[in-house]
Amino acid sequence: MIRFENVSKVYNGNTPAVENLNLEIERGEFVCLIGPSGCGKTTTMKMINRLIEPTSGTIKINGKDIMQIDAVDLRRGIGYVIQQIGLFPHMTVAENVALVPKLLGWNPERRRKRVGELLPLVGLDPAEFRDRYPRELSGGQQQRVGIIRAMAAKPDVILMDEPFSALDPISRESLQDEMKRLQRKLKLTIVFVTHDIDEALKLGDRIAMMRAGQIVQLASPEELLRNPTNEFVAQFIGRDRLLTDPDVLTVADVMIKPVTVDPGHGLAEAIVTMKKRRVNSLLVTDENDKLLGIVIPKQIDLTRRGTVADVMRTVTVTTAPDVHLREAFQRMFLDHLDLLPVVTAEGTLVGLLTSTAMVDALSDVIWAEGDAQ
Amino acid sequence: MIRQVLAVFLDPRMQRTLLLQAAEHISLSLSAVVLAVLVAVPLGVWLTRREQLAEPVMATFGLLQTIPSVALLAFMIPLLGIGREPALAALFLYALMPILRSTYTGIKQVDDAILEAGRGMGMTSRQLLFLVEMPIALRVILSGIRVSTVLIIGWATLAAFVGGGGLGNTIMSGFAMVSPGQILAGGIPVTLLALLADYLLGRLERVVTPRSLRA
Repeated sequence: MIRFENVSKVYNGNTPAVENLNLEIERGEFVCLIGPSGCGKTTTMKMINRLIEPTSGTIKINGKDIMQIDAVDLRRGIGYVIQQIGLFPHMTVAENVALVPKLLGWNPERRRKRVGELLPLVGLDPAEFRDRYPRELSGGQQQRVGIIRAMAAKPDVILMDEPFSALDPISRESLQDEMKRLQRKLKLTIVFVTHDIDEALKLGDRIAMMRAGQIVQLASPEELLRNPTNEFVAQFIGRDRLLTDPDVLTVADVMIKPVTVDPGHGLAEAIVTMKKRRVNSLLVTDENDKLLGIVIPKQIDLTRRGTVADVMRTVTVTTAPDVHLREAFQRMFLDHLDLLPVVTAEGTLVGLLTSTAMVDALSDVIWAEGDAQ
Repeated sequence: MIRQVLAVFLDPRMQRTLLLQAAEHISLSLSAVVLAVLVAVPLGVWLTRREQLAEPVMATFGLLQTIPSVALLAFMIPLLGIGREPALAALFLYALMPILRSTYTGIKQVDDAILEAGRGMGMTSRQLLFLVEMPIALRVILSGIRVSTVLIIGWATLAAFVGGGGLGNTIMSGFAMVSPGQILAGGIPVTLLALLADYLLGRLERVVTPRSLRA
């Protein structure tokens, strides 16, 4: 429904702020424009409501070139939310929210009704908040009003310019959740500028990663995390976040260093080692770290004398350090294994996967996704 | 001295004269301020749209302020003769500056974010001015008008020098008769008028300011 065709913006002869940009935004889509400062994301957004006019190229909304529409009429059909919130301090909440409807000539009764519908959408009780002034609200409440003010006249599109970046972390988090919920519920089309990758990953249906006036990658959050097109995108997303994708993690990323004994170890000694190191198994290796077997407490009969070599079991299932974690975990899960020794192709023991390591790795993934939703 | 002043105030003939002069004084001051508002407010708004002109224009008006009042009044005589007109013209010129300055600053200090929000929502420049900038700047503009009014009520005393009437006449005849009582009898009402105007305009400022804009 919004279509950029070869759009460029050059500010008096300097290098272009936006260069030959093509972008199509679907109805009901939440698109995040993200990139470092000066990448052209804000310019791109402001060209949609003509606060900035393109130097060349065309922007169409519902097939209509926006330069053919009167700027004031165009803007009244597009919601606009800014970082500094920009509520009118001399108007009440109700007057702020009903401003565009008023400019559009809605009658007072209809405006009143609309305010009554909108306030509860962002968790504000109309009876309590309708007649308050912006200064009497917290920052989070103010931006809630800013959001519904942009929605008041049921615009085709809502533009949001870093709307949550000035808020405290708790308000930001809850407003992000509310925004996503509202967008899904009301099928709003939103163009959202941010420099916060977590916010973009959480909110965007698609993310346009921008750099030097161009879109470097346009993709869903999932796709962006899995397949960043280049080093710039990967770096912007952050290595940590990329690594927490279970498909990218390998066994080597989460394996621990196992406690090993040599086959000539006495049984009583083996028990003491387990107690001291607080483990419930010992891996038996030869002098070349080649895995020979495993000893667990119930195999040890202290009434008999002997060495671990006498009681150890051979290990039938092992994995390799470069195996994908997901695969290794599946193996442990299907075979009901608590432990999975990690050996190289040459049979050298290099690590151990434990169920604890599995839980740690899973929780990392869940946390990372929790951050990104 | 107090007795002398009381003597003047209690003289029925003087009472009538003083009332008449006070009425002239108020009418003269009020006319000057109203005319100044009509010119300075639109000019101040216009200057916020032509920023490169703002400083030169305001410096010019500032210069006007520095001309000694008696000199300015005297200067008006060849242009406008004597009587009410030259006095009004001089007072009008004096009243301009505080109103112009306060209008300009009042509008300039409106947060850019608010203007951007307004423009982005589809307000025309006219709507932005009358629905956003003027209401927010109103308090500052009114305080400029208040300063001008108090100033002008004081200076209107000098109107008597060019035959412009007002309480200055009583003060002048006090000078002529070397009568401190008479001088004070003219001066005290001027002071009271200025205080009254200050109070009333202060009240007005508060009334027109929504509670959210009050400091």
